[in-house]
Parts: sequence; C-alpha cells; structure tokens
Amino acid sequence: MVLVYAENQDGKIKKSAHEIVTFGYKTAQSMGTECVALVIGNVVDAASLGKYGASKVIQVNSSQLESFDSQAYAQAISEVAGQVGAKLVVLTHNYSGKALLGRLGVKLNAGVVSGVIQLPETEGGNFKVRKVVFSGKAFAEYEINSDIKVISLAGNSLKPEIVAEDVEVSNLELSINDRKVEVIEVNIQAGDVAPLPEAELVVSAGRGMKGPENWNIIEELARELGATTACSRPVSDSGWRPHHEHVGQTGIAIKPNLYIAAGISGAIQHLAGVSSSKCIVVINKDPEAPFFKAADYGVCADLFDVVPKLTESLKKAKA
Amino acid sequence: MKILVCISKTPETTAKIAFTDNNTALDPNGVQFILNPYDEWFALVRALELKEELGGTVTVINVGPASNDVIIRKALAIGADEAIRVDAEATGARFVADQVANYAKGNDYDLILTGKETIDYNGSEVGSMIAELLELPFQSFARELTMEGDNVIITREIEGGTEKSKSQLPLVVSAAKGMAEQRIPNMRGIMMAKRKPLNVIPAVESSDGTKLSTYSLPAEKSSVKMIDPENMDELVRLLKEEAKVI
Repeated sequence: MVLVYAENQDGKIKKSAHEIVTFGYKTAQSMGTECVALVIGNVVDAASLGKYGASKVIQVNSSQLESFDSQAYAQAISEVAGQVGAKLVVLTHNYSGKALLGRLGVKLNAGVVSGVIQLPETEGGNFKVRKVVFSGKAFAEYEINSDIKVISLAGNSLKPEIVAEDVEVSNLELSINDRKVEVIEVNIQAGDVAPLPEAELVVSAGRGMKGPENWNIIEELARELGATTACSRPVSDSGWRPHHEHVGQTGIAIKPNLYIAAGISGAIQHLAGVSSSKCIVVINKDPEAPFFKAADYGVCADLFDVVPKLTESLKKAKA
Repeated sequence: MKILVCISKTPETTAKIAFTDNNTALDPNGVQFILNPYDEWFALVRALELKEELGGTVTVINVGPASNDVIIRKALAIGADEAIRVDAEATGARFVADQVANYAKGNDYDLILTGKETIDYNGSEVGSMIAELLELPFQSFARELTMEGDNVIITREIEGGTEKSKSQLPLVVSAAKGMAEQRIPNMRGIMMAKRKPLNVIPAVESSDGTKLSTYSLPAEKSSVKMIDPENMDELVRLLKEEAKVI
C-alpha cells in the first residue's frame, strides 16, 4: 500500500496534495498496489482526493492535532501507515513535510529520501528516486532498499491528473500523546496566490528595482499572470520585501514552470534556488549579467520600460 | 544551559560541482570545504548568544574523518567550549543522526541545534531524526529563539509566513536565517581554539536503507533567445506557443 499525507489549509485540500496523490496513485500502479490518502483534521473536500487516484481517504482527528506539531503528526501518520500496511509513505517537501520526514523514517525504520522530483523507477522490485542536490547544481539518484520507504515530493514536480471519482472518507479517532509544543500565533503574509514552493508562475525582482516603492510594476505583472512574487537576497536583506519571498540558496528553492527575473544579476547562489525552473525569462539592462546564460529568453533593456510593456502585451493577448 | 550544536562540512557555496568514480562521488579537486553556513551562522552563533546571556556550555559535534578537524577548530575559534568528532565518514542523514543521538543520550543537553539543512544534500532530515531518536519535540526552520523562564519561544518559517510557539526543554531546533548574525573568529579565539578539547569517539552501528546510485549534472541550457525590448508581444507569443508555460 502507498500512503499519501495530503495537507490542507484551513480545512481545504492544498494544491500540493493533488500533486502528491497523483504521484502516489501512479507509483502504486507501478508497484501493483493502491494509494490511500490521509488527511488530518476536518477537511471539507477530502473526498475529492479520489479524483486524483486515492482509493480511500482516511480522515484523522484528535485534540492534539489541531495545529501542526511534528511529534503528534508523525505519531498519527505512522499509526495509519501501520494500520493500512503502507510500504511507501509520501509527504510534501515543504516546511511540515521536512519536519516529519526524518521522524517517520526513524519510527517506521524506513529509508528516507527528501525532495524527490519525479516518479520512481520500480522495475524488478527496485525503488529508485531522483532529487536535486548541491543546492540546484546537480541531481542524485538513490536506491531505497528498506522494506518501508518514506519520501517527500518537491512542489510542482508533476501535473495533477483527474483519473477517477470522489471516494468514501472514513473517520478515524486516534489517541495521540500530549504534545509538547503549543502554537501561540500564526502570521500568514502571502496573499491568495499559491505560496512560493507550489507556485507555477513566479515574477521575481532584485536590486535593479532601486527601492521598495517601485514594486508596483512587479505586482501588476504578477497579477496579470496570476503569478506569485519573489525576490533576491539583497532585496529581502534590505527589508524591501518580506523574507518569505526570498528565493535562492539561503532562501527557498523553487521549480516553477515560468520564472521571470527583473533586475537580478544572477549570482550563483541565486541561480541555485531557481535553476530547476522550466522556463526562465531574464530582464536586465546589463548585457553581461550572468543570469542571461541560464535564461531561455532574455530582454536586455531597462526593466522600468520592459516590465509595464510586458504587462500590457499580456493584457492584449488575453483580450 | 547545556547546548549541543551539530556541525557539518560542505563544499563552499560558489564551488563548481563535478563528479568522479563513474559519477558516484563528488570530485574534491579544486573544491574548498567549509563549515555548513546554516550550522555556523545561525545554530552556533545563537547557541553562543544564549550561553552569554544565561550561562552554560556549548558543545559542537561533527561526524567525519580527521580532515574535518579544520572546520571543527573554526567552530571552537568562534566560541564553542568543546568539540566531539565521531570518527567515521558521514554516509547519510540517518547515520549522522544515529551518531548524534547516541552521544547526546545520557549527556542531558537542554537544547540540540542544527542548521535548517546542509547546502550539499539539502535534505533537512538530521534534526527531525535526532528528535525522534531521543523522543524530543522538534522545531524546524526557526528564525527566532528566546527563553522566557523555562519556556522556549520560537518563531519558525511556514508556507507564506511565520508561526510562533512555546515549547519546553529539552528540545531539538533547526536554525534558519534570522536566528543570529555571522561571527568572524578573532585572533584570540583562534589561539584559544587550539587548546580547547576535541574528543574523538568511535561510531556506532547504523543502517540507512538508502544507497546513492549515481550523480548527474543538469543538461546545458541551449543559448538564450534575446527578444527585442520593443516587442513584448513576441515574448508573450513565445511563452504561449514555444515554451507553453502560460
């Protein structure tokens, strides 16, 4: 059995959960088994995970699970893994997935690989996965040879596919040990677009913007595209943009379908965080900017001219 | 307060990566190795600040061969009181976590700190494994850590924002940017580091369940297509029809 932990935000299934259920379903097929999805807390659209290939959804509740705690959540997931006889547990490679992965590896005595980027090779009973290493500079292939395996899937690694219908949701009340972490407050600054690691389209800007007061042109372009905004390290270090927008080696690594970089020169540490993007557009007035070498499309001109023009052209194309 | 900081050795951030032995090992030629920045700048420095504020000791632990002593001495020069080196190649996250947990067991640390990840394997696995092995709570990607009486107040990164929480000691924490500012070792620190204890201990058995089969480098990008800045309609067309990303 493949067990997928499908995350929710405020009681609604996250987009990343559609991805990992699709991943779990396809992997289960190649292993000749089924995919069960696990949700924690009351999730209004839990049944919809059936559409992406879950043969069953288990909804777990406990007073100890009302907010995230790696100890309590790992206990819940490993208990369900035991109940369904999971040979593979799949998590999302995000903040909570990263906090859970190692714990589950220890609990289930399982080999662990984080940040898997494509479906595993399962021929001949082997289990091979691929991940990005050296901060985006290389790939590594791992064989997991333990009986139970735990992996996390990097965001935007495969397209969710609808393959079936809603399924039955069974409720499970678990008795979870008293948690030792108490959440005091949660502060979400991102708007209603997809958060960065999940975003398919990203508009990013750097020091070439000259100051935070000029960001409206970036926000307008992002709004037109339905993209998430990001920034380079000097920008978040100077406090021009919030820290959670910082992509690169010391920020977060992303792999969107489209990454538009305006006024970012493309230092190796920045490239490390974005080089897995499918398509990169670089807008920079310096023809020597190293980022052009990593780009698919380049525009060598002043971003204050080009960005509004690009927004206009997108509007025109939509009309 | 008794603090254990896990430190790791990684290639320097701008290092050019190449492989050897049929793409099964990193080619160390021309690569400079450093103390993993997240371990050094954030975990170690915050541990030293807590010690300065509240008293106590800071121990650093590394899993690796004798050639790692260079980076261990650097951690001592920055201000750690003593160091432990587990004398074995760090073959994977579980191996390292087993070594750290084995050492920490019975030594009653109040706080075990790691960096949020290493910049080579980017796994973020060791902290969470240590916490589970020692049956301790774990707070990951912490940007702020302060003590309020017996409680640890932590602000950590979550998707699109932050979360503030209260935990009790003992606790395992992985440190992210914001926790502290980098400290450069001074001459006195470097001299003192030579006399600080660096104890070498043997490794315990561990089974990882994973095996690296091969490394590869990303395919070279075909050369960039330059677009006329006056013709953004063309860029939109290419994004739609050629790249098919919008």
